[in-house]
Amino acid sequence: MSREIFEQRHEPQWKALDMSLSRLEMGRGDRGGVPDDLPELYRQVCHHLALVRHRHYGADLELRLNRLVLRGHQQLYHHSSVDSGGIFSFIRSGFPRLVRREKRLVGLSMLLFGLPLLLMTLLVPRHPEIAFSIMAPAEVEQMGQQFSPGGSLEAGRPVDSDVLMFGFYIRNNIGIAFRTFAGGILGGVGSIFFLVYNGLAIGAVTGYVRQMGFGPQFFPFAIGHGAFELTAIVLAGAAGLRMGLSLLAPGSLSRGRALLLAGRTAIRILYGAAGMLVAAAFLEAFWSPMPQPAATKYAIGAILWLAVFLYLTLAGRPDGP
Amino acid sequence: MLDTYRPVETPEGVEIGLRVAGPVPRLYAAALDFGLRLIIYIALGIAAGNLGRGGVGLFFVGLFLVEWFYPVVFEVKGGGATPGKRRMGLLVLQRDGTPVGWSASVIRNLVRFADILPAAYGFGLGTMLVDRDFRRLGDLAAGTVVVHREPLTPGARVPAAAPLRPPVSLTLDEQRAVIEFAERLGTWPPARAAELAALLAPLTGVPHPQDPEGVQRLVGMANWLLGRR
Repeated sequence: MSREIFEQRHEPQWKALDMSLSRLEMGRGDRGGVPDDLPELYRQVCHHLALVRHRHYGADLELRLNRLVLRGHQQLYHHSSVDSGGIFSFIRSGFPRLVRREKRLVGLSMLLFGLPLLLMTLLVPRHPEIAFSIMAPAEVEQMGQQFSPGGSLEAGRPVDSDVLMFGFYIRNNIGIAFRTFAGGILGGVGSIFFLVYNGLAIGAVTGYVRQMGFGPQFFPFAIGHGAFELTAIVLAGAAGLRMGLSLLAPGSLSRGRALLLAGRTAIRILYGAAGMLVAAAFLEAFWSPMPQPAATKYAIGAILWLAVFLYLTLAGRPDGP
Repeated sequence: MLDTYRPVETPEGVEIGLRVAGPVPRLYAAALDFGLRLIIYIALGIAAGNLGRGGVGLFFVGLFLVEWFYPVVFEVKGGGATPGKRRMGLLVLQRDGTPVGWSASVIRNLVRFADILPAAYGFGLGTMLVDRDFRRLGDLAAGTVVVHREPLTPGARVPAAAPLRPPVSLTLDEQRAVIEFAERLGTWPPARAAELAALLAPLTGVPHPQDPEGVQRLVGMANWLLGRR
């Protein structure tokens, strides 16, 4: 068959496919669905492309059909999203199961974050100058002073300030979690750095507050949202370490493939951590500064810590294979 | 052209070609997007400025969303490209040629933070130069590539001439060679072009390295191969 006859015979199909695809591309996002004849038409054009190559009909025709097939391919084959069960199933069982499956990395992340935090909390009251090796003196003072008796916290603040702080916490804290995660791709080094650094910084402020004797204002404030915030930073770190580990120890896979699979797991842990940080920002902005008695704050805080712990250890059991 | 061409096999058993995009057009696209983001920040700032202290809180939330999710929304909902990429004719795809989904797009844009380290996209650029598909770290983690939306049209620069049917049937690679010869004609002195054309004496029937007739015949064949008949 000569090229001319081939073109003449199949031109209507190519035109039809082109029109169908153009319509789909225009209306992307609406769920009108794929026309019934599209898969059939697409397969025919795939066949034509193979023929054009085999028979050397010419580079221009090959290119034209290649474009058609590429566009059809993009319309027909979509990657299904990982959580077909939707967001509720992810919260109910998917997320805690995932955290338990990565419990060793979560544990490592907890140590990398918790040990520096504890160390600074204990050391700074005895050697205050250590705090200033992590943060600028003015910064530590500013963070600490709001907890002083009669400081901004105790004086109470208007509601629009709460909204301001909410926005600030969202941007700052979720940003820290995202950076901790992203740093993981550098063989885990970035995640380790951010975990240790944030542990040191939070520990320095806590230590400074203890040294100044602002504890009675600070701890009732911090305990509530801390349940979500500190846990989420640890989980974001674990997600980053998951990516880093896949590069250091890919097992029987190639590094590229291992990273790809680790990325899919890690991003789901990060979704969960980001959700917890949104909850933490709400608490920190609207609940934590409320002038409740310290006992109430401690009780609610303890309940929240217990709830987070039980959620991550028990929800969604029994674990799948 | 061939060195950035990546064949992808579809389930139907045919290959389709992707043309991966290098750092330079992507840098231009990033610069355009940066400008657009600045405009969004300013608009957000003006809107929030009228709402008092609470407005500043909303401004921070908006800032956070634009900082991290501006590319994600466009890549998933806007046909695979941010406005900057669209302007540069670029497109983000999965490595197998399918459109990029939420998770992949979120991964590649969060890991961007590691790509810009230690300064000025240092790690990202380094990875792109090493990887044959010009993927930065975020692309590697997400399994995505950035490709040119339009394939290069072969023969757009081939000078028009009376089409001439090649005396024998040519394979696809041979056809490409003839077309590319015609495309690059303007870059050589005429004597050099004639000399090169003489190498194809069996095809042109013109064995003399000084005879410009061989060049003319090859250009004619390129026109024929491009379907200008």
